[in-house]
Amino acid sequence: MDDLLREFLTETNESLNLVDAELVRFEQEPNNGAILGNIFRLVHTIKGTCGFLALPRLETLTHAAETLMGKFRDGMPVTAEAVTLILSTIDRIKSILEAIETSEQEPEGGDGDLIDQLGRMARGEVAAPPRAAPLSQPAPAPVELKKPDQPEAPEKSDKQDKVGSERPDEERGDRLANHSIRVNVDTLDHLMTTVSELVLTRNQLLEIVRRQEDSDFKVPLQRLSSVTAELQEGVMKTRMQPIGNAWQKLPRVVRDLCAELGKDIELAMRGADTELDRQVLDLVKDPLTHLVRNCADHGIEAPAARIAAGKPAKGTIRLSAWHEGGHIIIEISDDGRGLDLAGIKAKIVEKGLASEAQLAAKSETEICNYIFAPGFTTAAKVTSISGRGVGMDVVRSNIEQIGGTVDLKSVSGVGATFTIKIPLTLAIVSALIVEAGGERFAIPQLAVLELVRAGNSGEHRIEHIKDAPVLRLRNKLLPLVRLKEVFRLGACDDENGFVVVTQVGSQVFGVVVDGVFHTEEIVIKPMSSKLRHIPVFSGTTILGDGSVIMIIDPNGVAQALGRAVAAAARAENSELQSREEENDEDTVSLLVFRAGSQQPKAVPLSLVTRLEEIDCRKIEISDGRHLVQYRDQLMPLLRIDAETSLKKEGAQPILVFSDQGRSMGLVADEIIDIVEERLDIEVSSDRPGLLGYAVIKGATTEIIDVGHFLPQAFADWFRRRDPSAARQARSVLLVDDSAFFRDLLAPLIKAAGYRVVAAASGADALAALKSDTRFDLIVTDIEMPEMDGFALAEAVRAMPGAAEIPIIALATMVSAETVERGRAVGFHDFVAKFDRAGLVAAIKEQGTDLNRAA
Amino acid sequence: MTTMNDTQLSDYVTFTTADQIFGLPIECVQDVFKPSRITRVPLAGPEIAGVLNLRGRIVTAIELRSRLGLAARGEGQVPMAIGIESRGESFGLLVDAVGEVLKLPDDEREPNPINLDRNLGRVAAGVYRLDGHLLVVLDIDRVLDLSLEAQAA
Repeated sequence: MDDLLREFLTETNESLNLVDAELVRFEQEPNNGAILGNIFRLVHTIKGTCGFLALPRLETLTHAAETLMGKFRDGMPVTAEAVTLILSTIDRIKSILEAIETSEQEPEGGDGDLIDQLGRMARGEVAAPPRAAPLSQPAPAPVELKKPDQPEAPEKSDKQDKVGSERPDEERGDRLANHSIRVNVDTLDHLMTTVSELVLTRNQLLEIVRRQEDSDFKVPLQRLSSVTAELQEGVMKTRMQPIGNAWQKLPRVVRDLCAELGKDIELAMRGADTELDRQVLDLVKDPLTHLVRNCADHGIEAPAARIAAGKPAKGTIRLSAWHEGGHIIIEISDDGRGLDLAGIKAKIVEKGLASEAQLAAKSETEICNYIFAPGFTTAAKVTSISGRGVGMDVVRSNIEQIGGTVDLKSVSGVGATFTIKIPLTLAIVSALIVEAGGERFAIPQLAVLELVRAGNSGEHRIEHIKDAPVLRLRNKLLPLVRLKEVFRLGACDDENGFVVVTQVGSQVFGVVVDGVFHTEEIVIKPMSSKLRHIPVFSGTTILGDGSVIMIIDPNGVAQALGRAVAAAARAENSELQSREEENDEDTVSLLVFRAGSQQPKAVPLSLVTRLEEIDCRKIEISDGRHLVQYRDQLMPLLRIDAETSLKKEGAQPILVFSDQGRSMGLVADEIIDIVEERLDIEVSSDRPGLLGYAVIKGATTEIIDVGHFLPQAFADWFRRRDPSAARQARSVLLVDDSAFFRDLLAPLIKAAGYRVVAAASGADALAALKSDTRFDLIVTDIEMPEMDGFALAEAVRAMPGAAEIPIIALATMVSAETVERGRAVGFHDFVAKFDRAGLVAAIKEQGTDLNRAA
Repeated sequence: MTTMNDTQLSDYVTFTTADQIFGLPIECVQDVFKPSRITRVPLAGPEIAGVLNLRGRIVTAIELRSRLGLAARGEGQVPMAIGIESRGESFGLLVDAVGEVLKLPDDEREPNPINLDRNLGRVAAGVYRLDGHLLVVLDIDRVLDLSLEAQAA
């Protein structure tokens, strides 16, 4: 391709991008003469160069656009239609330019349609809605451009281009043009590679001199070292570009979206001059555009909905960027509706990414982060903007590829914020050198949060949940992965290790290593093709001492960690939550005890009827079961697991659980304490009888599922006690969107002597009612997606034959407001979700009422 | 054995591993060096001896013995490395000892005998009958193609 033509294409594209951004600003501030002047100048420059390069089609089109813009500058009111027309003209110019780029000549065809419209609008034939006030001050036209009939010298046109492409601001542009030169990107890249090698060699020299005392090289080497550092910084600077370059297209994107979606959105940008490496900039451009589109499409509501929610009709998307310790942070936030949590949950289950039981244990942030899963989209209808099922996963992988992270925070009704954290440059990174199994490895410093010395003697001891190692760090459980085990370098010695606390995305975990050396600036060398399949490594590097070591990919290690990381993320999030909800009254009295293993166990105190110490001699064994006479009845004694043994002599501590005059005893070794604490089950368990693990008073504690033991003791009792109930077989319809709670509650209600039909949604429940109206009672969760408990109650009340069925509502939080609303829709009773005894009591009470009524 | 003057001659770098003489066409061989400070790579296949730094280049060391399904080199036996460039990457083929460079006529190269060890046959590109020895010519592309796995002998 002709050099001149290529130059023209590059510069014109840059100018066009500027015009885009300027035009949207112009539409917002039609009175700003300076902006108008800038746009006019840019279009004019393109036109002038077109003429010079003999591109007639382009020239005619830009000429028409220029004429119209000239009118605006002369005081003609600017309408939204006019801006749209000019934007479509610019689109046309772009497509022509693309064609020129591939074929080196203008494509066939004409632009009569656009030129006509432009001409008509310029002549004022299109009825532009009159403005209250015309432009207050027509911008003074730049003198040298006012005479389009003057033949233009190529040098001049060239200079104009520079001005345009550097900066819209005229004065500054002139200044910059005089002090900047164009350098081929390849040249800069090559320079960077060379500097990388220089840094390596310097490191090697430093290492050699470090081993020698009184070396003559010491002083000159120090000088070399500092000059190298300066050079490295300088070369990096040449590659730096303001992040605004990646933002240029966004105002136009948002404007087009607004037009398409009928929304009103303002894009506020802050920190556009924050600089980062151009390689990184290129890679972050697309993810940014996608996120902004996403905010506009999913986040910001339609104006009517916004007004209804008490927000200004105009939505705002805020883009900010700033530097923070070797990283650049880019934040994209909107003041829209936030993420649709119920929709995301439903989608997760539908896609089989997690079960409802798993979701029930997850935090909001964790659930939100599922939108980054491959193929995940919740948009109900596919728009041209988003909802095509590609996107967020690509966004995340693009950002992670360059060692960055993306995080998401969403508050329902208030908005969502994406935070992207990326390194300033990719070629040279700071790494922590660690040792495992006699080998050294480099962990990118970016992923390292802190270092903890672990060991049985020290403050931080590695504990185990089943076989999974964990570390308690500031009251949260940190899942650990032993590097030696991941690398199969032999057994690990937990005694004298270090834990490298590592973060990947929102996951935090600890990597156990044998030793930690120092941090070093390393130059990443690509991995050998024979080793690329190993996911835990991202590259190789040569250290200062000349040896080659592998660079660990924290993402790969996180995968090796698998489930434990998910658990850690949960621990992390629940910690965040507990911090946020510190003032909440949402605490539970827990009875902490020991039975069998040394690990403390806990049950909610409300379930325990009393604590007893029973003389061992009174314990009898009958039919393989331990029984004790207690208050003139035989009380079965149950052990939590096989490890628990009854004492041979002295007093045996027992937790007594009673219901309806019958009691069951759970054998304990020792009652430790009663604590008032928020119960956050951080790691759930598959073991029967165990709900999961939580940190209580700083210790990892097993939370016992009493529900598991009740039927063991009471199964026969229910049968014997109430034969009439069994005959009548009252049936209960249990409605809960979470399978976890359905599984938890259904056996409980069954154990109380009822037939249970479980429904996963309000719709399912209504269907069940239609097919079988002989339900005696409905137990429903209040918070459910699509149809909540209130809506269900209203629907039931309106259903012939079902209207009289009593309804018990399960609530996680009961406020006066909820109760009031519940009464209005016809709830008979409210029971806290966790209060199983209360539920059984409520069911019985409603049953008695029915009997009385009958 | 008579060598006619108009016969094409090829140069082979010869080396031994487990008492077998091998030859590689000299144009595939970059250099011969004594490998030092090989860094083991965890989770890599058994053929990968590790990575090392050769004058600023990172070289992936491949153990010919493992590649051929042979027993590991004895304690105290120091390997030599044949430096190879392949598709822009540097490799070092670890062998027991490096011999001389031989000029051998192309038309005396015989196809692999059908009873050649299967692991050897997979990477061999013919044999030469020397005085009292057989020289196995290696096909370097096949040696480096680790998907052609060696089976334990």
